[in-house]
Amino acid sequence: MTDLATLPPSGALQAQQKRVRRRAPVDWTGFAFLIGLAVVILLPLVVTAVWAFAEVWRFPAILPQRVGLGYWQETLSRQDVWQALWLSLRITTTVTVISAVICFPAAYAFARLDFPGRNMLFLAFLSVQAFPKFGLIIATATIFLTLNLIGTFWGVVLIQLVGTLLYMIWIPVSAFQGVDRRLEEAARDVGAGPMRVFWSITLPQALPTLAAAILITFVNTFYETDAAWLIGLPNVRTMPMVMIAFINNALEVQYGAVLFVFLWVPSFLLMLAARRVMGADAFAKGLGG
Amino acid sequence: MAQVRLSGIAKAFGKVTALDAMDLVIEDGELVCLLGPSGSGKSTLLRLIGGFETPSEGTIAIDGVDVTRLPPERRPTAMVFQSHALWSHMTVHGNIAFGLKLRRLPRAEIRERVERVLDLVGLSGYGARLPSQLSGGQQQRVALARSLVIEPKILLLDEPFASLDQHLRERLRDEVRDIQQRLGITAVFVTHGQDEALAISDRIVVLADGRMQQVGRPGEIYAEPKTAFVAGFIGAMNMLDGTLADGEIAAGGLKLPAEGSGPARLAIRPEDIALSEPEEGRMVTVRRMIDFGSHVVVDSTLADGTHLRVQTDKAVRVEAGERVGIRVERWTVFAEGEEPRRYRSDTVRSFRDVRYA
Ligand SMILES: Nc1ncnc2c1ncn2[C@@H]1O[C@H](COP(=O)(O)OP(=O)(O)O)[C@@H](O)[C@H]1O
Ligand SMILES: [Mg+2]
Repeated sequence: MTDLATLPPSGALQAQQKRVRRRAPVDWTGFAFLIGLAVVILLPLVVTAVWAFAEVWRFPAILPQRVGLGYWQETLSRQDVWQALWLSLRITTTVTVISAVICFPAAYAFARLDFPGRNMLFLAFLSVQAFPKFGLIIATATIFLTLNLIGTFWGVVLIQLVGTLLYMIWIPVSAFQGVDRRLEEAARDVGAGPMRVFWSITLPQALPTLAAAILITFVNTFYETDAAWLIGLPNVRTMPMVMIAFINNALEVQYGAVLFVFLWVPSFLLMLAARRVMGADAFAKGLGG
Repeated sequence: MAQVRLSGIAKAFGKVTALDAMDLVIEDGELVCLLGPSGSGKSTLLRLIGGFETPSEGTIAIDGVDVTRLPPERRPTAMVFQSHALWSHMTVHGNIAFGLKLRRLPRAEIRERVERVLDLVGLSGYGARLPSQLSGGQQQRVALARSLVIEPKILLLDEPFASLDQHLRERLRDEVRDIQQRLGITAVFVTHGQDEALAISDRIVVLADGRMQQVGRPGEIYAEPKTAFVAGFIGAMNMLDGTLADGEIAAGGLKLPAEGSGPARLAIRPEDIALSEPEEGRMVTVRRMIDFGSHVVVDSTLADGTHLRVQTDKAVRVEAGERVGIRVERWTVFAEGEEPRRYRSDTVRSFRDVRYA
C-alpha cells in the first residue's frame, strides 16, 4: 500500500515549485547593461530637465542654487515660439497624412501583389535613404529654387515627405506581410469581397504597426532640421529652428532647456500612450522582429 | 442539401503537380474524409472546393451548378482552418456575427443566431471574450461556429484539430460528426490520421502524391485495399517484398499460395496471423512482446531477418528468442499493373489448443 500521508497535498507542491522559481538567479550582466544605458540616456535628459527650472546653477554645485519658473515665463510669452509651434504642427501633420496616403497603399501592393519590377521599385523607394542626405537636400533645393518653392510651406512639406518614405514603406510592408493570409481567406469564405476584407480584417490587423509607423514619422518630421532649414528659410521657421536660434543667440542654457522639456514631455507621453494602446510588440513587428 | 462533383480536376503549382486526374462525387449529407500523408494534396483539394485555388484543369460543380471560377464568397461553402484563423481584433460574437452582418440581417436575428450556434458548439456565454482568452479547443469551436452560422451547404475542415491533444481531438471530431448529422450538412474533412478517418467518415478518399488511391467506406478500405499504398497506410499491416512463382509467393523466407509470376508485394494484417507449432516454411523468431492492454503484438523476424508483426491474445506466452510457427489466415498479393488478389486459408487450428498459458 502506498502511504498517502507522506505525500504533500497537490496544492502545497505547486506552491513549493513557485517559491523555487521565484528565487531565480539575478542576471548581473543584464543589470550592468541597464545601469550603463540609464546613465548614457537618462542622465543628459535629467540634467537638461533640471536646467529648465534652474535660475542660478554654478559649477561645483550638484543642485541649482536657485530654482524657479522665470525662464518658462519668458520663453512661453514670446510670440515667435507659439507661431513656430503651430507651424511645425501643421507641417508635420500635413507631411504625415500625405505620406500615409501615398505609402500605405504602396506598402500593401509591395506586401501582397506580385507584379513585374516589384523588387526594383521597392529598392528604389528605400534607396532614397541610402543617398547622403545633405547632398539630396542641396540638389532638391536647387530644383525648388527654379520652382519658387524655397521658403514656402509646401516646399518644406515636399522635402520632408521624402524623408518619411523609409519608415512609411518599410514598416507597413512588414505590417501587411505579417497579416496571416488565412484570416483574409476566412473572411472571403463567409461572404466578404476583397475590399471588405481589406477594411474589416487586413487593416485592423495591421493597424497597431501602422500606428507605430505614423508615430515615428510624426516625431521624426517634427524634429527634422536640415531640410526644413535649407528649404524653409527665411520665411518658414519651424520649432526646432527657433530652438537652435535661441541656443545660439542667448548664451544661457535655460532657454534651450525650457524648450526641450516643453517639446519632449508631450512626445514622450504620446509614445507612452501609443505603447499602451498598441502593445510593445507592434514596434518590434514593424521592424521585422 | 448539396452534392459536390469534381470532374477531371488537376492542379499544378509551377512545376509541382499537387493534384492529378481527380473524379469524385460527394453526395448530399455525406461526410467524406480526405486521408493521406503530408503533401499528398488534401489541402489543395479542399481549397479548390472552397474557391481559394482555381484548378489547372477540370470543373467543380455544386448541386449541378458550375462553380469552378467563382470566388469563395460566392460559393455555398464554409471552411474551418487548421490554424483556426479567428480575427483577433474581434470578440467571439464579432467573429461569428461577421458573416451575418455581411448579409445585412436585422440585429436581433444576428444576435439570436449567434447565441444558437454558440449553444450548438457548447460555448454559450463566451460571446464577449476575445479569441486570445480561449483555449485551443474553444478557439476551434468558435471557428466551427463561425462557419456553421452562415448555414453553408458544404462544410470544409482542414485538419481542424491536428494541434490539439488526443483526447480533445477525439471529443471534438465526434462532436463535429454529431453536428454534421444533426444539421444534415455535407462535409469534407481533411486528416492525416487514419483513426480519425475511420471513426467519423461515411466514405474515405485516400490520396497519395496528388492521386486518388481509393474511395470507399471505412470498413471496405480497411478490409479490401486496392493498392499496396492503401494497404500499408490504413491500419497495421505487414508489407513484404516477394516473388511469385509456381503457384506460390515467397517473401522473406515465408511461402504462401498465390497465382501469377514476377515480383509482388505481400500484405498481411497482424490479426490475420496466428501462432502455431513450428513447421517448415512457416517459422519466426520472437523478438519482443508489445502489450497494448487489449491485445498483444509479437514482434518477430522471418528467416531472412524481415520483421513480421503478429497479433495475439494476452493468454499466449512466448519468450524472446523462441522459435514459433505461424499460420497466415488471410493475405493479399499486389502485383504491378494487376488487381490485388486476396487469399484465405480456412484450415484454422487454434494455437491455444496446443499451448495454453
Ligand atoms: N501555394 C502553393 N504553392 C506551391 N506549391 C504548393 C502550394 N500549395 C501546395 N503546394 C504543393 O502541393 C502539394 C500538396 O500540398 P497540400 O495540398 O498542402 O498537401 P497536404 O494537405 O496533403 O499535406 C505539396 O507538394 C505542396 O508542396
Ligand atoms: Mg494540408
